[in-house]
Amino acid sequence: MSWVIKDVLLYGEGEPVDVLLDGGTVTAIGAGLTGDEVLEAAGCVLLPGLVDLHTHLREPGREDAETVESGTLAAALGGFTAVHAMANTDPVADNAGVVEQVWRLGLEAGHCDVFPVGAVTVGLAGTEMAELGTMADSAARVRVFSDDGHCVSDASLMRRALEYVKAFDGVVAQHAQEPRLTVGAQMNEGVTSSLLGLVGWPAVAEEAVIARDCLLAGHVGGRLHVCHVSTAGSVELIRWAKAKGWDVTAEVTPHHLLLTDDCVQGYDATYKVNPPLRTQTDVDALREGLADGTVDCVATDHAPHAPQDKETEWGAASPGMTGLETALAVVAHTMVEPGRLTWRGVAERLSEAPARIGRLEGHGRPLAVGEPANVVVIDPSSPWTVDPAVTASRSTNTPFGGLELQARVVATFLRGRPTALHGKGA
Amino acid sequence: MNRHLLSAADLSLEDATLVLDTAAELADLVERATVKKLPTLRGRTVVSLFFEDSTRTKTSFELAAKRLSADVISFAAKGSSVSKGETLKDTALTLEAMGCDAAVIRHSWSGAPVNLSRWVKGSVVNAGDGTHEHPTQALLDAYTMRQRHGRIEGLKVTIVGDVLHSRVARSNVLLLRTLGADVTLVAPPTLLPVGVDAWPCEVSYDLDAQLPKSDVVMMLRVQRERMGAAYFPSVREYSRRYGLDRARAARLPDDAVVMHHGPMVRGMEIASEVADGARSTITEQVANGVSVRMAVLYLLLGGSESAIGSSQ
Amino acid sequence: MTAVPDRPVSTRPDTERTVTDRPVTGDPTAARLVLDAAALSRVVDRMAHELLEKTGGGEGVVLLGIPTRGTTLARRLAARVLAFEGLVVPTGSLDVTMYRDDLRLRAARALEATDIPAGTIDGALVVLVDDVLFSGRTVRAALDALADLGRPRAVQLAALVDRGHRELPVRADYVGKNIPTSLRETVHVQLLEHDGVDAVLLGPARARTDAP
Repeated sequence: MSWVIKDVLLYGEGEPVDVLLDGGTVTAIGAGLTGDEVLEAAGCVLLPGLVDLHTHLREPGREDAETVESGTLAAALGGFTAVHAMANTDPVADNAGVVEQVWRLGLEAGHCDVFPVGAVTVGLAGTEMAELGTMADSAARVRVFSDDGHCVSDASLMRRALEYVKAFDGVVAQHAQEPRLTVGAQMNEGVTSSLLGLVGWPAVAEEAVIARDCLLAGHVGGRLHVCHVSTAGSVELIRWAKAKGWDVTAEVTPHHLLLTDDCVQGYDATYKVNPPLRTQTDVDALREGLADGTVDCVATDHAPHAPQDKETEWGAASPGMTGLETALAVVAHTMVEPGRLTWRGVAERLSEAPARIGRLEGHGRPLAVGEPANVVVIDPSSPWTVDPAVTASRSTNTPFGGLELQARVVATFLRGRPTALHGKGA
Repeated sequence: MNRHLLSAADLSLEDATLVLDTAAELADLVERATVKKLPTLRGRTVVSLFFEDSTRTKTSFELAAKRLSADVISFAAKGSSVSKGETLKDTALTLEAMGCDAAVIRHSWSGAPVNLSRWVKGSVVNAGDGTHEHPTQALLDAYTMRQRHGRIEGLKVTIVGDVLHSRVARSNVLLLRTLGADVTLVAPPTLLPVGVDAWPCEVSYDLDAQLPKSDVVMMLRVQRERMGAAYFPSVREYSRRYGLDRARAARLPDDAVVMHHGPMVRGMEIASEVADGARSTITEQVANGVSVRMAVLYLLLGGSESAIGSSQ
Repeated sequence: MTAVPDRPVSTRPDTERTVTDRPVTGDPTAARLVLDAAALSRVVDRMAHELLEKTGGGEGVVLLGIPTRGTTLARRLAARVLAFEGLVVPTGSLDVTMYRDDLRLRAARALEATDIPAGTIDGALVVLVDDVLFSGRTVRAALDALADLGRPRAVQLAALVDRGHRELPVRADYVGKNIPTSLRETVHVQLLEHDGVDAVLLGPARARTDAP
């Protein structure tokens, strides 16, 4: 079944064109095209399908919070054609068996491509390297390795991991958090934490690890990716590392582009996340870093949690926020609408760069004839208000409840087949 | 509409003064009465939810409620459904179904009373949450200071010790500023929170310099476990630099008072003879606690709507 | 000033209406002056004499005013008794807020001072003093408060104004002035110490913020 997308703006630029998707590829771009199905897209922007480098699908182990099926449906509704599923499942994805299981579940669900992330260490315990090569060779073809949720804090082990993955063009994605500086930490360390009586998570705990890891990557010639950068200091360090020519990339979450630790007043654990929400200075630096490319991409760190893990005392709550369905609109709200980034820039930050880092072949491709038909149609001015109850995810822990946004995903196509159409799974 | 006392910041100058004045009248009333019970909160239910052990504060609140003829339901976490895994929210909903006008909560997590206030319709009184606040403690401290000095405005109050982990320090700093006193915190740098410079008080590392100018010296508890986390190297060094020993107490102005909330570690933050001396208000603080808590409960529950506190 | 008959101070309770028809301001709905300063003073004098008469000279009497204005009136009565007979009557105040039955109709209110002279009321003849006697509920609260404080040998009530409409079986032993009123009207007692002038005014109905 072929689809023609009518009167759309490629990357939000130039004159409107029609785009024909047939047999899994983009077969024509021009005027007056026809196809079996038609999507009227006047005023809309066409981008390559979004790629998330950082998602928690919770399966296996916490299917009460999310499954591969529900998470990938949420991803499709958010405009994603590919997601990387983090390894902190139960059992941990530290071997070929689990990664292949997750990959297969993604195939069966069919809402978007799932690329499982392999753990760096066995059981995420940080002491023994996992079988990274076997995971790379498995059907899941793992290229991104991360202990996310935990920091690979042992300097020697981190060095070995950066070296080892070179053999299969892998990348180590670090959750930068010095454990000894964040014992019992609950929120950003600052004036707010001092008054709220919550143990602080100082910026230096993130920055110190990033500095060390950049130096290691430079020294051994390995590929480092920094997960969920949250501080101004971290952005500066990454800028410095790149200037040195070291292979360092970085991601930022939508919530760190918008929210600050003021949200913690009132102790609503919806706002509890790791790394924590920081100050406006940090938010401003992250926006600037994303605009100038120091921060290569946006990754959602979609972290669904069951209600009992959020509707509880702050200290007892699990950290994390959902984000697949709101990511694009929040990036539009914080970056595109104020003029910090164009839609072309969004394509680079939310599709091309993450696909490159993950070494994905079919995603993040140019919008051109002959390329795989993994695209997303976006209406940049279709106002909507975030309702936590309205979600394909099994969990409702979004920090954006009540936020008025302008950009909306009209349709997502995975190899020419719609996976989301007008706000519903297709 | 029912309001809450979750933080000392919930009280304006008028509110705080009203509490102190009401406490003074109630103390008199109860003292001279042959029947030490006022009918004011008859038919009201006050639940005391103590998730953290505390004999002193718990009995103080319960006595205060009973002196006002309220029905008191006492809930201790051990042996309750909470120890079987029930969440705070479910506990709250159960109490709400049974109908409570006020819940007095002590909890080891900062912010738990704030969460609770979202799940119950009655008034929530924070009896100490984690390292966040203990507003009625600050009120009874202020009451004690006012009794001894005749005023609070312009008093120089020095608070010494583990400020970082002290909910009492936070509440006192906020309330004393509201009431017009000048507060100076004295502690080793490791026991002061990052961000303390933004607090409405002064900070000093030098106890000896502060003593001669202090009208009130409030000694905070210091837990020995803090030594393990390298907040200070040894008990000996801590008490040498920050302990209120006899020599230091002698350098206080004649009418200065010494306060402590207990339990004390005699010989560490405070010398025995200082704790037992005439300047010490330690036993008065306990007595004043009941009157202050009676005042708080009355002002929150005694009318069709609360006369003090914050709404959530 | 018109029409208040000049009468000698008498020991008979004054039960006749002596409402003047002159409004205090040009507005016909404004409050009317019922007692001016001189009249009020005479009324207090008479009450003091009645008190001395009925208590056989004032022995063992303790005057407890119900704040705010009842306390002031109690002090005035004590001053007159002292002037007439040289007797010092222990005088204090009894705040009844905590015993009121209408607490839940309004926000919790601040307490006034309770000051029991001579430390105890056991065995005393307590005379409660209030400015206006209306439904009787304040007095009932006062009786409950007294019961928790001790055991007087007897309790009497002095009210400057009795405006009727009792809701409980309460009656005053000493009444300054009976002013029959409708429920819609209000009675204001003004005293120099609080309001800058001595007067009793009868006014039209206003918002329900007053307690009876």
